[in-house]
This record gives sequence, structure tokens and C-alpha cells, in this order.
Amino acid sequence: MAERCAVIGIGQTHHTARRDDVSIAGLVREAAERALADAGLDWGDIDAVVLGKAPDMFEGVMMPELYLADALGAAGKPLLRVHTAGSVGGSTAVVAANLIQAGLHERVLTVAFEKQSESNAMWALTVKTPLQSAVVAGAGGYFAPLIRSYMQRSGAPEDTGIRVALKDRSNANKNPYAHLREPDLSFETVANSPMLWDPIRFHETCPSSDGACALVLSSERAATGGAHPPAWIHATAMRSEPTQFAGQEKVNPRAGQECAQEVYAKAGITDPRREIDCAEIYVPFSWFEPMWLENLGFAPVGSGWKMTYEGATAPDGDLPVNMSGGVLSSNPIGASGMLRFAEAAMQVRGQAGAHQVDGARTALGHAYGGGSQFFSMWIVRSERP
Amino acid sequence: MSDAERKPVRSIQTPMRLTYHYTAGIATSRFLHGIAEGRILGQRCPVCTKVYVPPRGSCPRCAVATEEEVHVSDRGTILTFAIVRVPSENLDVPLPFACVHVLLDGADVPFFSVVQGCPLDEVRIGMRVAAAWVEPDRLAPTLQSIRWFEPTGEPDVPFDQLREHL
Repeated sequence: MAERCAVIGIGQTHHTARRDDVSIAGLVREAAERALADAGLDWGDIDAVVLGKAPDMFEGVMMPELYLADALGAAGKPLLRVHTAGSVGGSTAVVAANLIQAGLHERVLTVAFEKQSESNAMWALTVKTPLQSAVVAGAGGYFAPLIRSYMQRSGAPEDTGIRVALKDRSNANKNPYAHLREPDLSFETVANSPMLWDPIRFHETCPSSDGACALVLSSERAATGGAHPPAWIHATAMRSEPTQFAGQEKVNPRAGQECAQEVYAKAGITDPRREIDCAEIYVPFSWFEPMWLENLGFAPVGSGWKMTYEGATAPDGDLPVNMSGGVLSSNPIGASGMLRFAEAAMQVRGQAGAHQVDGARTALGHAYGGGSQFFSMWIVRSERP
Repeated sequence: MSDAERKPVRSIQTPMRLTYHYTAGIATSRFLHGIAEGRILGQRCPVCTKVYVPPRGSCPRCAVATEEEVHVSDRGTILTFAIVRVPSENLDVPLPFACVHVLLDGADVPFFSVVQGCPLDEVRIGMRVAAAWVEPDRLAPTLQSIRWFEPTGEPDVPFDQLREHL
């Protein structure tokens, strides 16, 4: 029987295009200090540190876990680095939770970051490999054809993606940490913005952000007495699948479906749309909202777009999605998955301020990475398991 | 200079260059030798019978070695595509271009390439295309031997016949 684990501290930076007032070490320390302050703890209270970030080739810093050990107070303690491409922020939190659930530690600090102003992700994701010409042009170039497949398969109205972008950017206006704040963004502005990787428009694409996120996780024994109520982790799950195989469902990946089934089963959820109050899911390009709604079992295959269209995923809908503004409004890549997990925890702690969903008690955090080969998820609740 | 006059150092550029040596392995070596002769070779999985190209010597679905060699056509059908308009310093082709997933006749996994030889707004799902090879004397064991894909003018393949590959 695993030990219970809770989120007792949450911290993040104000995500922005360029934080040249701090080094990478300064950036991660800022998020970590906010998480410790939120938990009412100090560096000495932490037993172990788990760090996540996307490929080293982005910033060109080899072994950032080594360079950041002192900034994260890890000297003399176990320090572990996790990497699962874009999903890494989520899987880093899962690994940290697993250390508590295994009974190894009482309090674990977990941190994830990206400093895109010091990196060149487009270059790193457009490398020429021996068996592939360099024609993909970054993550957008990889995912645009999959979005076109979804549009063709589902017959969704062409403005579905525009509606997702408007909703997420509107949510971001209520989040003081969000990178993009665009109160005047209109349907026409999104619709008339240039096609970067047709069918993905400029305003349907995530920004490049500098940012970090940190969580303090604790055992049940150490979870009480903080300034804020804990968010209890009821279930975690991770999955991977091969890069390419015959019959692969690139639009609705099997790894994502199975990861969702596992996390729901562990949390005792049989009807996710009814039992989950809100969800933070990894949507770097607008059309991934309806695609993941189907993959996560919130909507039947081919009809995820209807939830978007009918406003079910709006803040006042029956399943608010990406209340923080999501990846579409802030994308420090390595931290993006952890920010989803953090927002889910903030919601069930009643800590989300202007983007709080009234009465949220059960929330899903979701992240994916690679070309949709890595998935990580957790279910958090205000109630103890 | 006083401390107040010294500005913080906000950015230092440090260029990095990487050159890799790639060992192709048995299956991929045979594929690359085929390419140097203007032929596309795949391998069939003995369990699920799916044909992989380029072959990697195993089937990721069945976790078994693939040994049976199969000739795959250099013609195929566009499964899906994107029109790339974003610059990136190491792209192989000038912008804008159509990046496509081509299902070669006789293969069961898509091949990533670009389409040239028609206006971009004519590129569509189901369109028939064929590989445009470099001149015979320039053929080499590298994918650069296929310059791009071009429309063949054959009738489109209906979407329902492609559904399982999307």
C-alpha cells in the first residue's frame, strides 16, 4: 500500500519572452522559493530534489541538474533529473510523488524550467538526421499535418481552433503569471493572423517563454499545518509508445488513451466528464484541445470539437479546460507540463484567484511530449484519498 | 568606471557546432544501398505482415526482427500535409513548401518528404505523387537521393481508403 502524497507548496515565475535579469539558476530558484514560502517551509526541510527540463540541446547546457544543484539546495541530498520531452514537467512531478508514495522521503521539492530566450528550440527540433531531410520546421511543422488529419476525420468546423485560442487567451488575462495578456484579442484578429504551418495560425500557436514552476510534495504526516490546504494526489500515470509503427493512431494515440484509463481507474473515476470538475491539458496548438478531449475520454471520437463549440470547456462550462490560459498563453517548454499539474492543484486548493473554478474538488493535470509518444497525468482532489 | 555605470551582462553568444557519425546498422544499410541504386527497400514483419520503410530491422508493434525484404514503389498517396511558412536556419528547402506524409504503394508507414511541381493550393489529402530522384550519376546511399515528390496526375485515392493510416 503506497503512502499518501499531497501538494503543499506551489510556486511559479511570471512567464515572459525574455528574463535576462536572471540566469537559469536565478530563474529556477525564484519558483522554488515561492513554492517553499507557499508551504511555509525552508530549504532545510526538503529531503530530495527532482528536476525536469526539455532537451539539453535547447539551451546548450549539458547536465543542467549538475549546474543547478546548489541553486536548488540539493547539496548533500538526492538529486534526480527527469526527461520525457514536452511532457517532462508532468512526469517530473510524478517521479517526485512516487518517491513520497514509496515511503522514501517526507518532503520533496520538484522543479521544472525552460529559458527559451537562451535557447533555439526551432533549430534543435529541425535537425537533419541521416534518414530524414530537415523539412519538419519545429514542433508546429510536425503537428500541423496531424491537425489536418483531425479536421478531415472529424469534419469539425474550420473555426474550432480559433475559438479555442480565444478562450485560452481570454483565461490568461485572469492569470497574473501568464506570458501573453491580450485583452483586445478578437475572432477576426485570430482568423486573420498569418498561417505559420498551415493549418496553424500565428494566434493559434504557443509563445516562446522563459519560466519555471516548483512544487513541494509531502507525505501525509508532513502535509498538515501549512497556510493553505493540501491538494491530495489520488492517482498518477505515465505512458510511452514507439515513434512510428504501422497502424499508429497519431491523432488519438493509444498511449494517451491507456494513460487516461489508468489514472481514472486508480482515482475511482468511471465517468470523467461528470466526476472531474476542471482540467488543465497540454494544448500548444489550439486544435489539440478537441483532439485531447477525445483522447482523454471526455467526448466520443470525432466529437471533441462540439464541447469547444458549445462552450463546455469555457470557465462557466461543465468542464472548464485550461483555466490558467494554458500552454497557448505561456510555454516555458520544460515547465509547461508541471504548470498544468500545478494549476490542477491550485484549483482544488481554492488558490487560483480570478481563474478559480467555483467549488473545484477534483482536477486533472495532463502533459504530452515528443510527437505524442509520452504522456503523464495526475488526478488531485481537495479530499484525502 | 563606477559600479553604477556598469550594466549587467544580459547575453553572451557561444556558438556550438556538432558533427555526428551515424552507424546505420544492417537493415538500414541495405535500405541505403537500395537508394543508391534508385530503389526503395522495406522489410515485412513476419507476425503482422506490415511493411516498414525505411526498415529498422524490427517491428515496433510485434517486437520481432524483420528479415523479409520487400520492394516498395516510389509512387504513393499523400496522407496529410502542412504548408510551412516559418523560417528555420537549417531547413533544406525554400519557403513556403508543402511538407507531406506519403504512403508509398506497398508500405504501411508514411514517408516524410516535400511536394514540388504544383501550386501549393493544389496539394491535398489523397493526391498521387512520385519520387523525383537526383540524376543517376549522383545517386548515393543517402535520402538526399530523393529530391522531393511530384504529382503524377493519377486520380485521387478516396479518403475512406486512407482512414486506417491517419
